[in-house]
Amino acid sequence: MSTLTPTTPAKPARGIRSTEAKAPRAQRESPFARVSAMVVMGVFTIYFLVPIWWLLVAASKNRSQFNSTNPLWFADFSLFENIGNLVAYRDGVYLKWMLNSALYAGGGALVGTIIAGMCGYALAKYNFPGRELIFNVVLGGVLVPATALALPLFLIFSQISLTNTFWSVFLPSLVSPFGVYLSRIYASASVPDELIEAARLDGAGELRTFFTVSVRMMVPALVTVFLFQFVAIWNNFFLPLIMLRDETLFPVTLGLYAWNSQVNQIPVLRDYVLIGALLSIIPLIIIFLLLQRFWRNGLSAGSVK
Amino acid sequence: MSAPAVPLTDAPGSAARKRPRAAKPAKAPGAKPRVQHTGAILAFVLPFGTLFALFYLVPIGYAIYQSLLVIEREGTFGQATEVFGGLTQYILVFQNGPFWESITRVLAFGAVQVPIMLGLALLFALLLDSPLVRGKRFFRLAFFVPYAVPGVIAAIMWGYLYSPNLSPFRAVTENINFLSADLVLWAIANVVTWVFVGYNMLIIYSALLAIPTELYEAARLDGAGQLRIAWSVKIPLIMPAIILTAIFSIIGTLQLLAEPQVFRSFSSAVTSTFTPNLTVYSTSSIPNFNLAAAFSVVLALATFILSFTFLKFTQRKEAK
Repeated sequence: MSTLTPTTPAKPARGIRSTEAKAPRAQRESPFARVSAMVVMGVFTIYFLVPIWWLLVAASKNRSQFNSTNPLWFADFSLFENIGNLVAYRDGVYLKWMLNSALYAGGGALVGTIIAGMCGYALAKYNFPGRELIFNVVLGGVLVPATALALPLFLIFSQISLTNTFWSVFLPSLVSPFGVYLSRIYASASVPDELIEAARLDGAGELRTFFTVSVRMMVPALVTVFLFQFVAIWNNFFLPLIMLRDETLFPVTLGLYAWNSQVNQIPVLRDYVLIGALLSIIPLIIIFLLLQRFWRNGLSAGSVK
Repeated sequence: MSAPAVPLTDAPGSAARKRPRAAKPAKAPGAKPRVQHTGAILAFVLPFGTLFALFYLVPIGYAIYQSLLVIEREGTFGQATEVFGGLTQYILVFQNGPFWESITRVLAFGAVQVPIMLGLALLFALLLDSPLVRGKRFFRLAFFVPYAVPGVIAAIMWGYLYSPNLSPFRAVTENINFLSADLVLWAIANVVTWVFVGYNMLIIYSALLAIPTELYEAARLDGAGQLRIAWSVKIPLIMPAIILTAIFSIIGTLQLLAEPQVFRSFSSAVTSTFTPNLTVYSTSSIPNFNLAAAFSVVLALATFILSFTFLKFTQRKEAK
């Protein structure tokens, strides 16, 4: 490491990268503190990763080896064969579930983020009567859990024969009160009034100003809102459980749950549940990795307040 | 009420008025200040507002309405009709032993699991923020990965890990039955902790990153150790983030559903009224929608009151 002295002028606020650059200060800490810190981190790394490792290993085995070989190490590597079987099972219903999840979560989070961003922006940047009232009602919405709404939504949707449809899961997923909250906080802090004023003088309309100028400054917040809404919809269980009967509309979580409850009657499903579980977590991991630069910045905005 | 008597006032801080306003004298002294860009504001707020009203406010109202109805039949085989029943359903809710047992169960769950989870999250965040740990990027990611696993999938996975015959840790699970009536609640607590520690760690860690370095540079020069800095400088500054994670955890605990529902296929100890939300679900599949709606309303109210009280309580403490 370099020979930077601790007298390096302090920055006003630390970026993500600068923490790694401060490493030379570590020399001052006692070796005992450093070793015990690393031991703690190491032990918990095992705790967090071993279940996923086991899932990967289990999904790569064929049935006879599942119980007869070391459960934490590979036997004959038949992961791709297993995936092939899973995808072929019952005319590819698993792929249909993954596609459904992608539609519910991708579409829902995209539309939901846009409308939450617009609403939060208006609450931050315009003065109008009822503004605080709207904000407080929405904040109350953050505290009302989505699961509490699932049953009344089901009752309403069954009045208008909308249960057991794509829309019965998609439409309620669009609403993200937390997204409005985060967008408002972030827009207040990061979109300067002068900029909006300048766009107005240039003759741009309000909506146009938002979509061409302000959105750019809100990107970290919007990516954060998108990600967390995506995860919330992808993980949502109660709403589809209560709304959907038709297997071809299931998201992947509900599908795997349904298979898992039938394992005792149809033992082959156990293999498919494990492989399907492994495949179903890969998209989220990829999305988090791709977008991590954005959402880490957005997160801090929400917690500062 | 506070509308100025002088006409032609704009909202404070509004844009420079270029055009002389057309002579439209204010008719009443109560005339409201004119709002600029009304059309744009509506366009921004209405899409979310409409959906929020349709899928948040209306369901809440409808649940309350449904919870006030009772089913009446003429004779044993007569037509069933819904009639207004006042608080009949709520009396049934309060007399329902299993429901209150399930509330007690999730409260016990929360009292143990939430402090453990947030304590670990805080510890990891502070370690990541200290100069003690190398390879921060790796640990940050490794601890966060479980959050990408949906609750249902995590529960299925751990269900196998706990199982006496299929677990890779059979030496342990053959001797300790994690799926027994005594332990299954804590087995579920472990699943929830496993999924959410990394998520909470990241929220707290981002708050730590936002603290300006000079705030504890001074403490360091005075010879304060990492532990001291963490305790007296960092933790007080990130209290809002910790409170935020605590509120979300409290809400999540009262809403427990996916994990216990999955565990029902691994353990007979998880009944159909194990958590409040499972009670709602099993009541609605009887079907007894009116009672289920009353359960939902009571649960939502309890959640709201609990998280709101927590918020107020911690804010008052902060102010001191």
